[in-house]
Amino acid sequence: MSVAPHHPPGREAPGTFGPEPQPLSLLVNGEVHTALADPATTLVEFLRDALGLTGTKIGCDRGACSACTVWIDGEVAASCMTLALDVRERSITTIEGLSREGELHPVQRAFIEHDALQCGFCTPGMVMSCAQLVDSNPDCTLEDVKTAISGHLCRCGTYPNIFKATLAAAEMTRAAGKKK
Amino acid sequence: MSSDSLEQRTLSAGIVGDALKQVTRNVPRGEPPAWPTNAELQVVGKDVKRMDALDKVTGRARYTFDVQLPGMLYARTLNSTVPHARIKSIDTSQAEKSPGVRAVHVLERLLQAAELRDPGEEANEPYPVIRFAGQPIAAVAATSARAAEAALDLIRVEYEPIDHVTELEDAMQATSPPVFPGPTEHHATAGGGGAAKGLPQKGNLRGPSKGGSRGDLERGFKEADVVVEGEYRTQVQTHTPLEPHGVVADWRDDELTIYASTQHVLSVRDEAADIFQLPKEKIRAISDYTGGGFGAKYGIGNYGTLAIHLSRKARAPVRLVLDRREEHVSVGNRPSSLQRLKIGAKRDGSLTAIELRSFGTGGVAAGAGVGSCHHSMYSCPNVSIEHYDVFTNAGPCAAFRGPGQTQGIFAFEQAIDAVAARLGMDPIALRDKIDTRDADDVRARAAERRIGAEKIGWSRRRASGSDTGPIKRGIGMAQSMWPYIVNSYTTCEIRIQGDGTVEAFCGTQDIGTGTRTVFAQVVAEELGLRAEDVRVHVGDSRFPPGPPSGGSRVTSSLTPAARNAAHAAARDIASRVAPLLNANADDLIFRNGRIERRDDSKTSLGFAEALRRAGIETLVHRGDRRDDYEGYARKAGELNISPHAIGGVQFAEVCVDTQTGAVKVERVVAVHDCGRPINPKLVESQIFGGVIQGVSYALYEDRRLDGPTGVQLNANIDQYKIVGSRETPQIEVHLIELLGGQSSTDARGVAEPANVATAAAIANAFFNATGKRIYTLPMTPANVLAALRAE
Repeated sequence: MSVAPHHPPGREAPGTFGPEPQPLSLLVNGEVHTALADPATTLVEFLRDALGLTGTKIGCDRGACSACTVWIDGEVAASCMTLALDVRERSITTIEGLSREGELHPVQRAFIEHDALQCGFCTPGMVMSCAQLVDSNPDCTLEDVKTAISGHLCRCGTYPNIFKATLAAAEMTRAAGKKK
Repeated sequence: MSSDSLEQRTLSAGIVGDALKQVTRNVPRGEPPAWPTNAELQVVGKDVKRMDALDKVTGRARYTFDVQLPGMLYARTLNSTVPHARIKSIDTSQAEKSPGVRAVHVLERLLQAAELRDPGEEANEPYPVIRFAGQPIAAVAATSARAAEAALDLIRVEYEPIDHVTELEDAMQATSPPVFPGPTEHHATAGGGGAAKGLPQKGNLRGPSKGGSRGDLERGFKEADVVVEGEYRTQVQTHTPLEPHGVVADWRDDELTIYASTQHVLSVRDEAADIFQLPKEKIRAISDYTGGGFGAKYGIGNYGTLAIHLSRKARAPVRLVLDRREEHVSVGNRPSSLQRLKIGAKRDGSLTAIELRSFGTGGVAAGAGVGSCHHSMYSCPNVSIEHYDVFTNAGPCAAFRGPGQTQGIFAFEQAIDAVAARLGMDPIALRDKIDTRDADDVRARAAERRIGAEKIGWSRRRASGSDTGPIKRGIGMAQSMWPYIVNSYTTCEIRIQGDGTVEAFCGTQDIGTGTRTVFAQVVAEELGLRAEDVRVHVGDSRFPPGPPSGGSRVTSSLTPAARNAAHAAARDIASRVAPLLNANADDLIFRNGRIERRDDSKTSLGFAEALRRAGIETLVHRGDRRDDYEGYARKAGELNISPHAIGGVQFAEVCVDTQTGAVKVERVVAVHDCGRPINPKLVESQIFGGVIQGVSYALYEDRRLDGPTGVQLNANIDQYKIVGSRETPQIEVHLIELLGGQSSTDARGVAEPANVATAAAIANAFFNATGKRIYTLPMTPANVLAALRAE
């Protein structure tokens, strides 16, 4: 998993920020949210503590377990390794925003169907990575799934069911694509 | 419940589809009639989807980690930077003045560690003596985590260093610095832990404990035709739950609410009540979701004690969640072991003598034993066991999935494999010969060996070290044994409203094993409903008392109490609805959401409609976990231990690169029993988890301390290697349905049996691949190359 770049090439960098806490606006799950933050605030701290979006977890706080995985402009990123101020003018998707119009993402449905979770603490991060994989590559293979979650730690040992669930979600997505 | 009057009943017992027979049992009066096999049930034995899966895949599940209360403060802990020292002074005055700080507290007494039998020379110490680097000393609560962290730097601690020792074999030497200045006791508390009382202690060596010894060892070895000997070593493993230990403590007026990431809400309440001298009814412990525990999350702990003190001082809720380093260092680990094991056997395979001399270090905690397998699994008249706990200046051990047994079986099942090799016997045939007690686990393993051998393809197993190239493949097997434990108290309550709403309550918790789901299934089965029609409430100390999520005892304890409560509710409803259907209550059955006449299913009412027409407003029924119908072999505290155990047999196929020392586990076949499986899908998930943790223990995990400083070098997730997606082998689970005729559901646990045999199965496969024994865990390239070079 790569850490989000400070700002995408070709775009103008946002203005200066801090050092005192000041209002910070981020586009999260399709809505602009504003809250006070100082420059050291990580994205996951902003999501959890300022916005109350506690679905995104922190397992290690150093980018090693991927429990904090969110999407930044549709790409997976470790939100514990991303400063909140660096993702101004970017689009953030969290586990709370993955369901669209009340309908679960195929990966969420498949995780339930295949019991791809136990204690569930790593699950939001796992779901975000697997959903990104299925959305971007519905033809993904077992190897692709293993690669997509290779940075994620699940201590309960749900991997075999995550493999099955993600491949099943990919199949659902392919079938839905053909119908269209 | 031993005062229950008993009645004789004839029940089916044995392995379903294999050898069911009728047995006579003395059953407590009022127990529901025995269920038929799973095939004849509607909800139980089915792959019902996990009840809390939707909350978990959407991020709505609220863990202790996620609790956010108005005015909540954030606390951080100050931990010792040195491994062994007296604290001469602590100055918190600057920290108290730091911006945002609302309270500071210095810990008065260290929990989770052994204590001096005679406080003696430490009686006048102003603060607990530091015995490991990372030992908690004090904590600060502030308006933000960052403010708390900044204040920690302002606390001044004056240490007077003492010599320290971190490695087991150094600590065993007479010349080693002592971790404690005198003999110790480690009392069991509501927070777990504990070791046998009154054992001798010399320096850091506490013991021996000789439990399980019998017969005449010398005679046993004289009678042996072959003797195998080995010295096995296992490493320290840390639990590493994804959600760290943590609490939110909220002390208001004289009531204390504790949100805790725990395996037992009642242990949190009870230990807090003890420390703060509060009546238990003034404390409420809540755990909606716990992000993994694996044995380390019991009681209030040092961190929880600090959080409560801070909340009381600051008059605000306080969140204290450990960071990843603290989680690795200070709240538990699987102790290491050094096991010298010698086994004598006759030519026909029968065992004549087993001698175990073992040592284990749980750091500053006692209780580093290596399980019961050596003396309880196989028939052998002469057994001699001596175990010593060895103290080191390292964080305390805690129970960890199959505590003791996982270390023990790694050595013991390899030694049995070695006996088979020496005798030229097939390892399975040897087990057939020696695994012969009269108990359910023995019968289960016999079936599991047959099933597993077929699934793994045992017949294609070659002689050890058959591959001639650098890459060598092999197959091995090992057996599991874990006590079948019933919690001494478990009560469930069922509340049914006139609108058909069914709720079920128990003060147990669901740490990810699926407790909510099996609870709902059992209630639903009895009431003829779907599992999702039952709203389950767990994780609150105010509910009727329930079991800890440890020892593989929740399903065995909870489900009979749940069934008994639901059965009483169903009988109550039946008696009120019977007149509406012109039937006797006994002739009504609950099925497919309806209440119908047994002789005429067309004469029926929907469940809710029946309640309404019978004028039922609210029904409340409770059910207790009665004693097992055959009673128990022994009782230890809240543990009732059956004469029957839980079995399990695992087969592993490995590939060893003899040039690099890399070992890959390619495939595992895990064949298990857990009495009546309530939800086979969830059982499979548990077994996947047990096997994966076993592979991780066998191949990768290893807590490393720096000798000179006592500091853990890999207290994080990037350097403490745990199995990930790429190292997960292909795992096949096969489950047998075993009826024991012991309770109203006949369910048993599986979490621990699924873990204890894995490392030994891999080690035996390693021997089959290479012709060399791997005596030392983990099977890192260095350890593997050393094993391959050995004579």
